[in-house]
Amino acid sequence: MHRMLWKLFNRDMALFMQRKQDIVTVLGFFLVAVALFPLGISSDPELLREIAPGAIWIAALFSTVLALDRLFSEDMDDGTLEQQLLMPLPISLVLLVRLIAHWVVTSLPIIVLTPVMGVQFGLNLDEIVILTFSLLLGTPVLVLLGAIGAALTVGLKSSGGLVTLLLLPLYVPVLILGTSSVSSVMAGMEVTAHFSLMGAALIVSLVLSPFAVATALKITID
Amino acid sequence: MSMTRRIPWMKYASASSFYPLANRLVPIFMGLAIVLAVIGLYVGFFVAPIDYQQGNSYRIMFLHVPAAWMSMFIYLLLAVYAIISLVWRVKMADIMAYSLAPTGAMFTFLALLTGALWGRPTWGTYWIWDARLTSELLLLFLYLGYMGLYSAIPDRQRASRAASFLAIVGVVNVPIIYFSVVWWNTLHQGSSFSVSDGASMTSDMLSALLLMTFACWAYAIAVVLRRAQAVILERKKVALWASQISRKKES
Amino acid sequence: MLSIEGLAAEREERLLFSGLSVTLSAGEGLHIVGKNGTGKTTFLRILCGLTSPAAGSIKWQGQDTRLFREEFCSDLLYLGHKNANKVELDCRENLKLSLGVKEVSSAEIDDALHEVGLGLLLHLPARFLSQGQQRRLSLARLLLTKARLWVLDEPYTALDYKAIEWLDSQLECHLKNKGLLVLTSHQTLTMSNTIRELNLGELNA
Repeated sequence: MHRMLWKLFNRDMALFMQRKQDIVTVLGFFLVAVALFPLGISSDPELLREIAPGAIWIAALFSTVLALDRLFSEDMDDGTLEQQLLMPLPISLVLLVRLIAHWVVTSLPIIVLTPVMGVQFGLNLDEIVILTFSLLLGTPVLVLLGAIGAALTVGLKSSGGLVTLLLLPLYVPVLILGTSSVSSVMAGMEVTAHFSLMGAALIVSLVLSPFAVATALKITID
Repeated sequence: MSMTRRIPWMKYASASSFYPLANRLVPIFMGLAIVLAVIGLYVGFFVAPIDYQQGNSYRIMFLHVPAAWMSMFIYLLLAVYAIISLVWRVKMADIMAYSLAPTGAMFTFLALLTGALWGRPTWGTYWIWDARLTSELLLLFLYLGYMGLYSAIPDRQRASRAASFLAIVGVVNVPIIYFSVVWWNTLHQGSSFSVSDGASMTSDMLSALLLMTFACWAYAIAVVLRRAQAVILERKKVALWASQISRKKES
Repeated sequence: MLSIEGLAAEREERLLFSGLSVTLSAGEGLHIVGKNGTGKTTFLRILCGLTSPAAGSIKWQGQDTRLFREEFCSDLLYLGHKNANKVELDCRENLKLSLGVKEVSSAEIDDALHEVGLGLLLHLPARFLSQGQQRRLSLARLLLTKARLWVLDEPYTALDYKAIEWLDSQLECHLKNKGLLVLTSHQTLTMSNTIRELNLGELNA
């Protein structure tokens, strides 16, 4: 079983890596979105420091949504999605592996770049560490929840706006937790509570979300 | 071949008995809504005393509070119908969920609008990112998402299941959203104002509030039943049309 | 082996078919026929578990396929309308991908591709293949699978006469080896008479 899943993971990784263009697009979107905040709001260092966690988190959030667009739609079009659902493995497990691979390919590069963004916004080392760690815990939740929305809208034309509408309410708690962890450390407060809650959210969504995605996919490809 | 006949008939049985029942109920509840609203507004505007802090502006509460209650309750009801429709494949439950959504969204919007209008004289601004207003806004997004997804999927059976599933995911998230927003609010604003119902509510105020709440209930029931009737007719027409086409093909 | 009982399917509020019962034992084939819109593809998708039926049950080796999904899927090979090829991958990668988590050596993969006439195009990304070649690439997995139940939706589409002959011989071979076959096709099959016909259009009337 382990070997099968590992093989599946490598397979998904290889497939995602084929679409380098998509990875670059998502990363580029993240960088541009973050860079627009100082340009759109102000270059005042104090203000920038204050909005940094929110700006970077919102950019990461929308990059996740953008990347989710490609999670199932192409596989739906070429017929490989059906084949994946017919694998002799539990569908939720197949999907979980796929989502992890998707996270590694689309979210991990963003997290790696986050410290650079943090420096641009004038954050100090502690704050950058907390920000990066909050994204490390939070973006998998965004991907896991987002996959539900992607599965519900798979095969629809111009589903981008709809996905955003569906996911926004679900993303609010994650966003609040993520940004407030950094704000707390800025205010010199403890952040263990934030991280415990985010860890709990991650575990719960790791356990439940694959089943939800499987159910949603079964509904939409029916 | 008796199986062939039984399946569609069974499924429409509930709808066909619902239709005449709704015909009788809709006028009753609509009348009830009007009467209750007239009395409620009268009590609210002329009997209930002026609030010593807020003056007359508090009277918008008689619409705002029922609307906010209805918006939440209807979403809960919608989710219950969604579960019934998804698990037991009861078509009538899906029709009810589908018919509830626009009314729920309307009440949510009304709660937001009256909240903003109330906010202007009370806080001096139309909108503050108060925990309740923010979660009400997110509730509006949940409604819009349900309706958007339902209308975006061309195959109706698929649309109904997908939207029902979304409603269930949404209802699980409602408490999480609410608590996270409350938490966020206390974090950012400290102990700020909130749309408090006021500790000093007189019995007249309370009765006006209750009257208006019942009026909203009656209105919602009447409108949702009427919409469900329209949906049944529309779907029957489509089914009839489809079967006619397939019959034409075969002959 | 495969027994279908009282199956009914619905699409857009319309009953496609109902009361469909059929049993298929080892070495038997079933050819689903019927006019457009009678639910041939829907039937195949229900059989695989991709679409849920309005009523009825499907049993594989006496076990409900929805309850014993993984066991059923390891015995099942489904080829749909879509070829399930990734346009950015080459023939080898595609074939390897389509076999899922099964272990297959690259020599076997190359042999299979040679047999379906793609031997010279091993490294060509699938987007440069013609319709017929795409189809052959997806049919190549028939050579490598150990699945006992083949469910093929219009497998003859876009094939030239040589490829059709090849496919016929593959299907006959599969049946001879006690395999089971369910397929849809608009053309009359020229294979052995172990293949029964099931007309969905007549069932509905």
